[in-house]
Amino acid sequence: MKSTISRRNLLIGTSALAAGSAFSTYVRAAAPPPTATTPALIAAAKKEGKAVWYTSVDLKLAQKIGKAFEAKYGVACQVERTGAERVLQRIGQEYAANVHAVDVVNSSDASHLVIWKNKGWLEAYVPEDVAKYYPAEHKDPDGMFASFRVFLCVIAYNTKLVKKEEAPKSFHDLLDPKWKGKIVKAHPGYSGTIMTATFQMVRDIGWSYFEQLAKQNILQVQSAADPPKKLALGERAIQADGVEYLIFSEKESGQPVEPVYATEGTPLIIGPNGMFKAAPHPNAAKLFQNYCFSPECQQLCIDVGGLRSVHPQAKEKPGRTPLSKIKLMKDDPAGVLKTADEIKAHYVKLFHV
Amino acid sequence: MTIAASAPRVSRRSFGFDPSKPILLLFAAILCVLIILPISWLAYYAFTDAKGAFTVNNFQRLVADAAFLDPLLTTFMLATLSAFICCAVAAPMGWLVSRTDMPLRRTVRLLVTASFVTPPFLGAIAWELLAAPNSGLLNQLFRELTGAAPDEHLLNIYSFSGLVFVISCYTFPYVFVLIANALDRTPGDLEDASAMLGAGAWYTARRITVPLALPAVVAGALVAFLQAMTLFGSPAILAMPAGFHTMTTKIWSLFQFPPKPELAAAASLPLLLLTVLLLRGQSMVLGRRGYSVVGGKNSEPRLVRLGRYRWLAIALAMIVLACPVFLPYFALLNATFSKVASHLVSVSNFTLQNLHFVFFELSATDLVLRNTFILGVLAATIGTMIALVISYVTARRAVTGHAVLGFLATAPIAIPGIVLGVGLFFSYTRPPFVLYGTLWILLIAYVTLAMPAAYQQMQSAFRAVHPELEDASRILGASRLRALWQITAPLLRTNVVAVWCFIFVGVIRELSAAIMLFTSQTKVLSVLIYDLNESGDLAAISVLGLCMLIITSLIVLLANKLTKLGGRPATAGI
Repeated sequence: MKSTISRRNLLIGTSALAAGSAFSTYVRAAAPPPTATTPALIAAAKKEGKAVWYTSVDLKLAQKIGKAFEAKYGVACQVERTGAERVLQRIGQEYAANVHAVDVVNSSDASHLVIWKNKGWLEAYVPEDVAKYYPAEHKDPDGMFASFRVFLCVIAYNTKLVKKEEAPKSFHDLLDPKWKGKIVKAHPGYSGTIMTATFQMVRDIGWSYFEQLAKQNILQVQSAADPPKKLALGERAIQADGVEYLIFSEKESGQPVEPVYATEGTPLIIGPNGMFKAAPHPNAAKLFQNYCFSPECQQLCIDVGGLRSVHPQAKEKPGRTPLSKIKLMKDDPAGVLKTADEIKAHYVKLFHV
Repeated sequence: MTIAASAPRVSRRSFGFDPSKPILLLFAAILCVLIILPISWLAYYAFTDAKGAFTVNNFQRLVADAAFLDPLLTTFMLATLSAFICCAVAAPMGWLVSRTDMPLRRTVRLLVTASFVTPPFLGAIAWELLAAPNSGLLNQLFRELTGAAPDEHLLNIYSFSGLVFVISCYTFPYVFVLIANALDRTPGDLEDASAMLGAGAWYTARRITVPLALPAVVAGALVAFLQAMTLFGSPAILAMPAGFHTMTTKIWSLFQFPPKPELAAAASLPLLLLTVLLLRGQSMVLGRRGYSVVGGKNSEPRLVRLGRYRWLAIALAMIVLACPVFLPYFALLNATFSKVASHLVSVSNFTLQNLHFVFFELSATDLVLRNTFILGVLAATIGTMIALVISYVTARRAVTGHAVLGFLATAPIAIPGIVLGVGLFFSYTRPPFVLYGTLWILLIAYVTLAMPAAYQQMQSAFRAVHPELEDASRILGASRLRALWQITAPLLRTNVVAVWCFIFVGVIRELSAAIMLFTSQTKVLSVLIYDLNESGDLAAISVLGLCMLIITSLIVLLANKLTKLGGRPATAGI
């Protein structure tokens, strides 16, 4: 475990991170010229055979994206899915031992991309779509990463177990004794979504909420992708946190689940994609990056996966509350970077695991 | 037929060149590297601070912090209860299967084998499907039958008692196998003698059968205790959702980002100490009672006639087997074909989507199946060879320092797989042995972890074969190796196959070291299943779990077929 440097130490020596804005960590620097998907790139990628994608997006969606990519280009996509905080550990552990297996990474904790960028591990590579269409606040000025997926971390409930009128409206509603033993919650030590959400919630509504929630006898799961599944099973009536996109896909496949956008605001999660300099399949990685940010893939993420997109050509799916109608908490990867270790430690103290 | 007060010393020959010496020394050297290297790194980390200076600060932090003492206490209670439950269930069942005319005895053995090839983490997940308080199938049935309110439940698997139950379910086969095998080997003539001298059935059981089986029961209890203590998967799956840690999950959590390897190393030392004490305790309990039950003559054990209790006996055995086998596999099968794992398969709920996902969409499937089975076969073959030689050396006291060898072979049992995993990680990520990222590091982990149990089994097998047969061979001029090969090995063939299968299945079951040592290209099935559990993909787990059970069973059956040349079926041995 040579990579035991804490995130706070990582900050030392890096330039000041502009607070508030997502990715404008540096003044406009030299992002490389955009790369389009050319027959030459496809041929080179085919020769390499596969792209290895470490991601924390829900496995079924990750595999759908991988299969769609393979169907389109004849290049396989090996998906390595685990929680974002584990992806961080995994890559650190592998790189410390000189094992370079990852081509493209996707993390639901946007601060991880900053960590890898600061270590000098990321390749400056800008897919054509990113250069042409993506808003400035959703791409790294140095061209190292961009917002592949955007989604929310929401409260939700099982409509068979909870009537609509009785459903919680806010985070503080979850502290009602009537929900004791009925809540499922994911873990910030595993999930980047929950790490990011916990940061925003601690900032906006304070630790006291979590202190009281810890007394609600919650079912503590790991992945933010798990609570929606536990709701669908009927194992718990309410999720205190979890990914919005699976609530959509469960709901649309007929499961009795319903999201709640809390009155205090809903944490906004950004999951950027980045490519590694030492990628073992560099051309396949580039092709995959191009595919990920294409309108086609972004639309797939929305339609099948329930995600949201910042690609202007991607259309929101009818029946889902549009992002513009939801009160959001502000994302702040720089803030997460500074406090993640403390948040994890304090969380473990409160929830015991 | 001999009951020796102690295993007689084998005299060492002082003339001629015996090639067995260098070979034995080579095995000793291998064992040293396998075990001493990672343990040294652990000791180094336990006693140093971040800068590498000597400190006992890590231990002070452990003792002062309730967050460490609670898991220690929990683990101790967990292991004790599990060991007790396992013995209480396995001893009578082993006796029923081995020494009575209970119907379906062979079937019961086969089914215990099935429960043994079930990895405990898979069992834990299956029991989530059965006994999660709200969605569990058994709790749904309970509410259906009693009309209880929707939030009432009969069982809660996310609890300490739930964890004890699940761990016992999947530890009990170890104890059962040890006891049933010991009873198989116990000749009937002692019992006959007792009966001829006028003793009743119970008296004979109490004075003859039980004492003869006692070493196996004690060894079984020890194995069960240590299994329960070092298990990682089941507590990670069941205890953490409930909000408590055991030592292994605590140690594991210390390796999560930001990792604290020094505390984890220090936290593993109490477990090591406890194990050493237990091993001492075992030898004190067994004392000088070495039972050699296979001698130059043998007689088939006499079966106790149960009469009308036969059917009661088989009913009880089946109820016991429902817990590790029938119910979990029913739940997994149901989840495989159900759209929602908590609903029973029906016409409207039936789907093949889960199978399709695992075999045609999940990109990790091929890779992990290939890795797992390569590792299983290699680790089983190498591990069996090492265990055979080392247990021979210690059982026959063939070289000076054999006790050290025995200790080394048993030592890894004291180290939770996860901690050994980290020790290996440190050992093999730097020159001269850069193995991280290859299958070799996993192979080393598996062989090392399998060694204690494989060694214990081989050794108790050796103990049961009296050296008089080998001595006869050596008196007639055979070398030590030749005697081993021509006399002892054939006698132990069943045990060798059993140990091979045991290690193979152990590889499939192993999660805790693998989870520290895998990379994306060297992932194994257990790690994939654990990943899937963390993201709640129960259907995919069910498909993979059933697929794993089928392949493992086929390999175990094949191994038995290949070696079943006139001997007693080795299925009996597993």
